[in-house]
This record gives sequence, C-alpha cells and structure tokens, in this order.
Amino acid sequence: MTGDNGDIVVRAEGLVKSFKGFRAVDGLDLTIERGMIYGFLGPNGCGKTTAMRMLTGLLTPTEGTVEVLGLSVPKDAETLKYRIGYMTQTFSLYGDLTVLENLNFMATIYGLSGKKRKQRIGEVMERYELTDLGKRFAGKMSGGQRQRLALATAVLHEPQLLFLDEPTSAVDPESRRHFWEQLFDLVDGGTSIVVTTHFMDEAERCHKIAILESGQKRADGAPKDLMNAMGANVVEIEGPNLRDIRRHLLGSDGIMAAAQLGARLRVLVRQEITDPAEFLKAKPETNGASLIEQVRPNLEDVFVTATGEGRQ
Amino acid sequence: MIRPLSRIAAIFSKELAQLRRDRMTFGMVIMIPLIQLILFGYAINTNVRDIPVAVVDQSQTGLSRILIQMVEATRVVKVTERYVTVEEAEDAIKAARVRAAFILPDDLSQRVARSPAVGLGTPPSTNEETSRPVAQWIVDGSDTMIASSIKALRNMPLAELNRQAPNRATPTFEVALFFNPEQRTAINIVPGLVGIILTMTMIMFTSAAIVRERERGNMEMLINTPVRSIELMIGKIIPYIFIGLLQTVIILGLGHILFNVPFGDKTVDLFVGTLLFIGASLSLGLVLSTIAQSQLQATQMTVFVLLPSILLSGFMFPYEGMPVIAQYIAEAFPATHFMRMIRGFVLRDASLLDLHRDVLWMIGFFVIGMVVAALRFKKRLD
Repeated sequence: MTGDNGDIVVRAEGLVKSFKGFRAVDGLDLTIERGMIYGFLGPNGCGKTTAMRMLTGLLTPTEGTVEVLGLSVPKDAETLKYRIGYMTQTFSLYGDLTVLENLNFMATIYGLSGKKRKQRIGEVMERYELTDLGKRFAGKMSGGQRQRLALATAVLHEPQLLFLDEPTSAVDPESRRHFWEQLFDLVDGGTSIVVTTHFMDEAERCHKIAILESGQKRADGAPKDLMNAMGANVVEIEGPNLRDIRRHLLGSDGIMAAAQLGARLRVLVRQEITDPAEFLKAKPETNGASLIEQVRPNLEDVFVTATGEGRQ
Repeated sequence: MIRPLSRIAAIFSKELAQLRRDRMTFGMVIMIPLIQLILFGYAINTNVRDIPVAVVDQSQTGLSRILIQMVEATRVVKVTERYVTVEEAEDAIKAARVRAAFILPDDLSQRVARSPAVGLGTPPSTNEETSRPVAQWIVDGSDTMIASSIKALRNMPLAELNRQAPNRATPTFEVALFFNPEQRTAINIVPGLVGIILTMTMIMFTSAAIVRERERGNMEMLINTPVRSIELMIGKIIPYIFIGLLQTVIILGLGHILFNVPFGDKTVDLFVGTLLFIGASLSLGLVLSTIAQSQLQATQMTVFVLLPSILLSGFMFPYEGMPVIAQYIAEAFPATHFMRMIRGFVLRDASLLDLHRDVLWMIGFFVIGMVVAALRFKKRLD
C-alpha cells in the first residue's frame, strides 16, 4: 500500500447504500490502482451498478467515504466529471441523432471546441471504426456499432478513469472480444478502467476483480491469485448418470459445490483433502464414472466458492 | 467563460435536430395554431342567433302571425316547431328540440291594443288589468347566454304593428363602444387564442422535455457529464421560444387576413410581451418536467394547468365576472396576464408601461420558474 493518491484512482471505505431499508451496497471497501482494468463481478442485483454510481457521484452514499482521482465524492463530483468517462448499461446516446451529431454534442458538452474537437472526433471515429458511419442514425445501428459509439463518446475528453457498466451485455461474442482489445489499448494509453460484468470470461481479463454478492465484497484480487487462493481443488468427472452423482455428492463432507458442464461434472473439493481425485474415486457414488481427474480452477469456481455461503 | 454558452448552443442545436426529425410534432407546431384559429375564429360567437323555438299560437289571427314574423325578423330566434298546447311546447323544451317556446294567448288582439309597446292612443295604464304583456316566452334558462338573448326581446317595440316607424325615443344613456364598435367576437377571440395556444404548446413541449430524456435513458449519460442544470434548462427552452414566436405570427397574421383583427401599432411591446409570456410558460413547463416521472404524467399535468388557464384567464368568460377568490387563482396563471397584455397591445394600443404590473409579474414568474426548475433538477439518481 503506497498511500500515495497518485497511484490510487478509487478509494472507498465502508460504502453503504440503502434504498428504503434495503442495503443494495453493504459496507464496501475498495482500493483501485492506476493503470488497470478493475472488474466488479457478481450476479444481477448484487449492487455492482449501485456501487459504480456512487463512485461517479450519481448516487449519494448512505454511509462511507469515496475518493476518486483524489477528489471527494459526491462533494466534488462536478469537477470529477471532466476527468472520468461513463458508459451506461443501456445505450443512452440519442437514437434520433447521427453518429457525428452525437459525437459533436458530447464533445461540446465536455468543453472541447474548434480544432481540438474536430481532431478528437476524427481520432475516435477512426479508432472505433465509425468513420463510415458518421451520417447513420445512432438508433438504427447494430448493438456492436452502438457500443463502439458509446465507448467513443465516453473517451472523447480523454478521461483518466473510465467507468463501464456491463458494457458488453448487448453485443455478440465477436464484438465483445474486439471491445476488450480496445479496452487494453486504452489502458496502455494510461487510462484506468472500472467495469462491471456478470460474464466470467470478461472478469478473467481484468487485472483485478472484486466479487460482489448481496452488496458485499466476497473476495478481491487478481483472477489468478483468487484461483490459487480458492481454498478448493477442482475435479472433473466424466461418465453416465452425472445428475445422480451430483445429487449424491452435494450433501457429503468435503464437497463444496458440483455443477454439470455438458458431459462433465465439475466438483469443488475442500482444500484440506490432499488428493481430491482419489477422495472422489473412493466414494461409492462415483462408481460408474469413466474418468475422474483434477483440473485447473477457473474463475467460475472462484465465484462459486466465494459466494457459496450466501446461497446456503 | 465560453463553455456555458457553447454547451447551451450544443443542447439547443441537439433539440432542434430532434425536433426537425419529429415530423409529427413539427407539423403540429404549425397546424395547431392554423386549424384552431380558423375553427375558433369562425365558431366562437357570443352574439347568439337563430335559437330554435316553438310557437304555440292560441289566437290564430293575422295579428299573431305578423307578431311571429316580427320576432323572427330579429334573427335572435328561428321558429322550428309549432304546437297547439303549452304542454307540448314544454315537452319539446325538455327534449331539447327547441330552446324556448313563444306562447301567444287567445286574447292577443286585446292585449296588443293596450300594450305600451304599440303606442296606440293615450299613455297606457300600468295596471295589470288594463295592460298586460302581449305574449309569453318559456325559456330553457340553463344556458345563461341563450336566456339573456331571449330576455333582450322583452321590451321589443311593436310600433310597426301600427304602421309607425320603430320607436326612436332618446335612450337614457349614450354608450360609445371603443376598440370593437362592430362588436365582432373574433376581435376578442383571436388575440386571446395566441395566449391559449402558446400555453398549450409551450407547457406541453417543455413538460415533456426533461422527462423524455429520462424515459429514453439519455439522462443517466447526461448527468454524468459536466453540463450544469441551468445550461440544460436554457438550452432546452430556446428552440421553443422560436416556435412560440412562429405560432404567434401565424395566429395574428392569419387573424388579420381572415378576420380583419388589427395588429395595433405597438409591435415592439407586443413582441416583448409575447416573449415574456413564452418564457413564463416554458419555465412552468420545465418545473412540471422536473416533477413528472413519465411523459404521461407530464401530459396530465399540462392539462391540469391548461384548463384553468383557458377558463379563468378571461379568454372565454370575463375576468370581472368571477368571484374574488377565482380572480386570485386566475392571477397565478401567466395566461391571465398575457390575455390582458395582448388584447391591450393589439386592440387598445396600450404600451408595456400601461400594463407594467402584468409585465413585472411575468418576469417574476419566468425567473422563479427557471430557478425552481434548475434547483429541482438534480444531477443525481437518488
């Protein structure tokens, strides 16, 4: 911990947001360092969006303090808005304006004028492949095109910190991959990014993630570290009657979770058990299995172990 | 600082582009004043004519027929039904086939002979025995305007029956009618219509302005930008100021061509007054927009404001005729003040100075409205 604000873009302590008694965010502590993509991973309704809105000053925290780019939020939210970019969950540009009109509008709102505005719009249009779409109405474009436009407008004023609220929920996998490449380009250019997602593969691309559940942080860190520190080993079982095996295993000691993935059953075995594969083979329930082997954990396993207690 | 200005300009041109593409709305901007002017200019007429009436002629004489013709010649009523008994006539009024019944009694000739209206012989006695009204009207009095039109027939001179020229007696008072000597209703209606249509379109447009952005999800993005509430408010109302002026030009111009309504000489005063009223209406619309959660609610609120604006402003019914409390309520609406102002400028050649109280009130309303709207509009979601 450096304590130097220069390296910390977001610092939140004891963040709480209640809506009529319901605690959407419940005591969240966050430290987000500069120059990385930080992901909020969690199911719908876990408080990701609420947390992000408090960081940008859109919502006033019920309790706790937020400091973004060295500015106290929501007190200095208006100053902060020149320095952050924000991409909403649903497309929120003007559908009845063209791409160029939308860009011009947003550029002027951010105080870009004259040559600078023209130059920046030209840059983002080229970078996000919008050059040929200038005269298209934003409302008539495909999900991927709209998303590129939304990103282009969010970075027009070259923000130091970019907030993306489920940016890829409305686009196809191809556009999604492409979009993430663009995010990494932005990070290379010095931008820090906070992103919410409920996609595991997206979360895995983040430098660091926080797993949220019921408004609380269950785990945070680099995806790899989280996988290593999971407290469980992963064993895959192949064979017939996987559904029965799963049902029997779920109740028994040492088993944290089991989920069927196509023709395989993915079982999370507590770390205390030294040889999880042998442990499972010894169980009578797995008699019919054709293959039982230990595999590398992935983020979904982390997610399942981290959020497990909430489900019981 | 150039930033606020260019931001206002950006919001303005955005609104204009959206408006231009919304063909329906744009069409309505032109069509509403056009159609309503033609419709109301011709339709609204407080000089009631040709009220359908029934006749119950119990005397059946040449005299009774002449009397009926004389009554019809006033053009106030038109005989559409004839009945034998009074009961039938009453039923016809109940069934709304006619608005009144004219009952001529069988002793009509004697009554006429003694009537002062005919002016036969010596000054007649006021004794009811010797001088009675010649005939009777039964009127559906529920509509006061119809009733008073027929009541005006009460003292109709009947000297013509005696082959004399109609009574040319000197009236008790001399009445000089300024500004509208011909008593044409359109002279009063057309300038008033400017107030009504501006109230309607201005409040309707702006009340939807903020809510629409919220409904379409644009607001979440907009409040994440450095735009200030007051910049947003001002940028949003400017296009509608032009629309309001355009509508005023349409109504007054067409009113001049079709109904010969004068413009008056106070063009500058008229322009400033109209601007003030547009500003006041727009700021009211913006306040509603910050209260409404959906466009439907915004529309309902507009109607809520629009109806009293029309009914209490003096557009249809004289302001002076209302009870004092209603007058106070009416004073709250910009339309009431504008009704006074525009009729003053257009018809009476009044100046802004003559109407300074209305002018000051309108400025105050505009400023307070803008401040309230800007304060109410929070760049927050909670």
